[in-house]
Amino acid sequence: MTITHALRALRALSMRELIKFWQQKGRMFSAMVRPGLWLLVFAAGFQNVFGVSIIPPYETYIEYQEYIAPGLLAMVLLFNGMQTSLAMVYDREMGVMRLLLTAPLPRWYLLLCKLLAGTVLSVIQAYAFLAMCYLAGINLPDTAWLAALPGLLLGGAMLGALGLLLSVTIRQLENFASTMNFVIFPMFFLSTALYPLWKLEESGADLIYQIARFNPFTHVVEFLRFSMYGQFNAGAFAVVSGCFLGFFALAVIGYNPQSVMVRRKGKA
Amino acid sequence: MNHPSDTHPQHQLQVCDLVKSYGKVPALKGIDLHVDAGEFVALLGPNGAGKSTLFQLLSGLFVADSGRIRIDGRDLRDDPIGALAKLGIVFQQSTLDLDLSVRRNLLFHCDMHGMQGSRARIDSALQAMGLADNTRSAARALSGGNRRKVELIRALLHEPAILLMDEATVGLDPASRSELVRDVRALCKEQRLAVLWATHLVEEVEQADRVYILDKGTMLAHGTPAEILTQTASDSLLDAFLQLTGQTRHSGEGAA
Ligand SMILES: Nc1ncnc2c1ncn2[C@@H]1O[C@H](COP(=O)(O)OP(=O)(O)O)[C@@H](O)[C@H]1O
Ligand SMILES: [Mg+2]
Repeated sequence: MTITHALRALRALSMRELIKFWQQKGRMFSAMVRPGLWLLVFAAGFQNVFGVSIIPPYETYIEYQEYIAPGLLAMVLLFNGMQTSLAMVYDREMGVMRLLLTAPLPRWYLLLCKLLAGTVLSVIQAYAFLAMCYLAGINLPDTAWLAALPGLLLGGAMLGALGLLLSVTIRQLENFASTMNFVIFPMFFLSTALYPLWKLEESGADLIYQIARFNPFTHVVEFLRFSMYGQFNAGAFAVVSGCFLGFFALAVIGYNPQSVMVRRKGKA
Repeated sequence: MNHPSDTHPQHQLQVCDLVKSYGKVPALKGIDLHVDAGEFVALLGPNGAGKSTLFQLLSGLFVADSGRIRIDGRDLRDDPIGALAKLGIVFQQSTLDLDLSVRRNLLFHCDMHGMQGSRARIDSALQAMGLADNTRSAARALSGGNRRKVELIRALLHEPAILLMDEATVGLDPASRSELVRDVRALCKEQRLAVLWATHLVEEVEQADRVYILDKGTMLAHGTPAEILTQTASDSLLDAFLQLTGQTRHSGEGAA
């Protein structure tokens, strides 16, 4: 693999993702509307129900809208990560996957290109939503948009790697929706996206509290939240990076032609 | 017939004692095969014979349980990337991205192979196949025959040494079908390509330099069409095929 060859392949895979994204106008729209609705309905409705108090990284009382903004940004990343997964499953059904897997490049590199392309799309969508947050007058730090970038990239990559990994096991398009119900909703709701951990603990829902603590998505949200306020959450960073490496490594193993999974289910 | 232990460096494609099963279902039970440069070799077998399985092993999508594959002198296991660079493949199932234009589909392939000057090469290849007007059309808008042509063009853009065609004529009308066979045969001779053409249709293999007959994962016969007629004491390849695969003329035609 030469550098030019590697870069050309990266260009090919990114162009393809971008063209497809451009062709599916509805995707950007729903990427905005989904978290937008949360912001509008829930933040308005639950304002007083939750009454978030002062916890790091916040230094003062904040509005609920401000609290959930990082979680909703992470939601954009989560949905796009799952979209990566859907695209892989679709490509496999349509036969296009074979073209990818018979390219004269190492598999891990092909998957990495896919992941990078997907992460770029995640970040683009996240920025569009962030712009919406600023326009809606949510009280975020002026530099949050820039400070969010590392969190968006890392979180986008981790959730994209999860999507790749899921696409190894989801063998048919019709199974996609049900798998997503078991991934997206629990990951999102059993996390700190909508309410802080102490709130869960305090309310006595110990099981939910424990799940949320160990949910990797919680750590994406927290890493993002802290970055946006100019702070580095080392614990969350470690968890998200670790999950990223783990998910990606498992996806590479899953796409290896010698993998047990491919052999047993027999569809390349 | 070559023996499993033979490794002729001159064979572009060489398969030795290849075994593959899906769980407990055997798909290939130890097959040998080779194709030389400039040879048009047909792999004839009824549905379920194991043709597509062989192609997936040759293209590294699956791994064989045992046996060896050599592509342009490289062992597929030791150097899969070098081997893939030498292969042009048209799979039984279409692998065009229907949402993209014809040119985008081809550019994608060129980039994945790290090629330079792809645009000029794509345009002249489309021109040569009479598809110059379709460059910008969505792949979805093409007829079945033209889609296959685009896939053939794509398989050849990176100038492979070996072309693998798996039931490439499925779904085409008789005219497009014989046109495709003719095109590939001409390319094979002009560019000294090693071609392996898998099909279940006897009429497509009559022009082949050599024929392998595969059924239920076992190679039943191999030779030039004339040799196969002699081996089986038949008047026609169809009779030979039906005799070897144990079908009657009637059921054989039904199965095809
Ligand atoms: N993915 C798979 N999983 C399990 N069995 C398979 C799979 N693909 C093919 N087979 C079986 O392997 C045998 C050979 O199939 P295939 O290679 O597709 O034959 P052909 O291409 O000659 O029609 C058949 O019995 C088929 O049912
Ligand atoms: Mg087949």
